[in-house]
Amino acid sequence: MRVLLRNPSREIEIAGRRRVHALLTELGLNRESHLIIRNGTLVPGDGLLEADDVIEIRPVISGGS
Amino acid sequence: MPDVGSKCRVCKQPAIIDLPRHNANFCAEHFLELCRRQVVKAIDQFDMLTKDDRILVAVSGGKDSLAVWDMLLELGYHADGLYIGLGIGDYSDISGDYARAFAAARGLKLIEIKLRDEYGYDIPTAARATRRVPCSACGLSKRHLFDKAALDGGYTVLVTGHNLDDEAAVLLGNTLRWEIGYLARQLPVLPARDGLPKKVKPLVRLTERETAAWCVVRGIDYLVDECPMAAGNRHLGHKETLNAIEAQSPGSKAAFYLNFLERMAPLLAAHAEQERDALQTCNQCGAPSGGELCAFCRLVVTSSQHEPVPVELIMRGGRNRR
Repeated sequence: MRVLLRNPSREIEIAGRRRVHALLTELGLNRESHLIIRNGTLVPGDGLLEADDVIEIRPVISGGS
Repeated sequence: MPDVGSKCRVCKQPAIIDLPRHNANFCAEHFLELCRRQVVKAIDQFDMLTKDDRILVAVSGGKDSLAVWDMLLELGYHADGLYIGLGIGDYSDISGDYARAFAAARGLKLIEIKLRDEYGYDIPTAARATRRVPCSACGLSKRHLFDKAALDGGYTVLVTGHNLDDEAAVLLGNTLRWEIGYLARQLPVLPARDGLPKKVKPLVRLTERETAAWCVVRGIDYLVDECPMAAGNRHLGHKETLNAIEAQSPGSKAAFYLNFLERMAPLLAAHAEQERDALQTCNQCGAPSGGELCAFCRLVVTSSQHEPVPVELIMRGGRNRR
């Protein structure tokens, strides 16, 4: 699957299917600080991502106070 | 690998989001309902707003400020927006575009203030001129201009998009240093007083993952990229620390902050009152101040006399930051 990451914006390829929580763990990302979006729709932690999916992993932490 | 998929706790339809702190999953409709309920609860619990208030929402073009503006309108409040052009290179240009697009699409009033045009400086220049951390110069400028715009415009309440993660991270930072004065003032509502409008934070019961999800579900375009000057700052470090704790123990952030409000803040109320009484009035702008000239007016004097500094020279991690 094609995965869009942010800050900085970049794309990576992941081979095969994954559950969302497994993908986040694999990439070392905390579920509490990211959303997974596929075709404009959120995917929950146990959602299954297919090998040909294009997804965005969107960080939600902002730094201002 | 069969895709059983999680179900919404309320309607049992396919879920779009998992919220470990609620130990539940939600579909889009019931996720939005949960968010509305949390915002209404905050507004009611802390006497934040009435339907008669003239509300000004401080808008950055990011997820929190656009989400709170959207929610208040949806809940039947009347609210205008305020955008401050901070002069942080392309980042500010793009953030302004998001704020304007949101307002224009809904026929809303958006007041705009550009630091460079109206005060003769921008945030990168202020950081260099005053030798402050950029986020400090930015926060000081925004707080002053939010207050001034609300008072000048006759608004009864200023709304900011601070969420649970923001408040928990500030609380952690203040607690690590036992900053009693800051702790005493860290409340979701600050009442109006001479020179200051009433200020409220309706999102304090929602995490930033939830406010971001609100925007995605509602189709709100916001600036996802992080401010180039905030990357790596202490506030972000505190958020990451709290999220690591949250991953181990869901609900910790909410308990940390909301129990502080319930159990600790009342014990600090007298301290907050003493600090308020000790404030003077700025000779130049009339705002409450610790001295004859307030911190904002001092920053303007110093920064507006400095030659403009491009943001690239101030970005965190840059060798020429100071």
